[in-house]
Amino acid sequence: MQDKIEKVSIIVSKGSLEGIYPALIMANGARAEGIEADLFFTFFGLDAVHKARHEHIKLATVGNPGLHLATWAGGLPGMSAVMTHYLSRKMDGLDIPPIPEFIEMIADTGAGLYACQASVDLFGLSKEDFIDQVQEVITVGEFYERAAGGQIIFT
Amino acid sequence: MSSKVYAGTEVSVNDEGFFTDPRQWREDMAAEIAHEAGVGDLTGRHWQVINFMRTEFAQKGTGPTVRALGKSSGVSVKELYQLFPKGPAKLAARIAGIPKPRGCI
Repeated sequence: MQDKIEKVSIIVSKGSLEGIYPALIMANGARAEGIEADLFFTFFGLDAVHKARHEHIKLATVGNPGLHLATWAGGLPGMSAVMTHYLSRKMDGLDIPPIPEFIEMIADTGAGLYACQASVDLFGLSKEDFIDQVQEVITVGEFYERAAGGQIIFT
Repeated sequence: MSSKVYAGTEVSVNDEGFFTDPRQWREDMAAEIAHEAGVGDLTGRHWQVINFMRTEFAQKGTGPTVRALGKSSGVSVKELYQLFPKGPAKLAARIAGIPKPRGCI
């Protein structure tokens, strides 16, 4: 075993706030340590790089026992927006950037951003739907080629 | 903990090469540390980051993260990674003779 990680390929498959942030923090943290990093957005994770949606990523308030809310309360209209607002303010206080700004910063660190071909086809999207930092729409095979020699992290 | 000699003076460093006593650091040591850390010759832009690290550390007791550097040092995140490809905050802190900045963002 190598004693140092040289490269990570991080897959983002979820479109919720709590589904996206961990991957972004891991990618950014990897670059800060001098580790090569790529982000691969698939399924609902594509929302994180979708021009019209990446500013409106919400916290999941239903089916999220970690919030310690009654299930019926989590489903009340506006609950997700309120909880997202609350969490965003706390994050701002800790200088954790909003998702669009965070992704732009990660691209500036030299990390590669890629969208999954199968998901793009499934949702009827095209490269134009994504922010400019997304370099390419790639297949799963191309993803494995790029990930070769590194660690793959699925989130 | 071990010791190193930079610019003819012995200093104490930790396992990762960071100064354990920032008071031992002198400007004329930076070039040697930079070469050892793989950064190469230091330019004025490197020095802008290194000086910013020293100032922040003196004021706050801890070095800034890459995000803080990008916001306040006058050098963008993109350029920071061009200057210090293997981790700007980490390498600049090492060259500036201050402890490795801790922080997740």
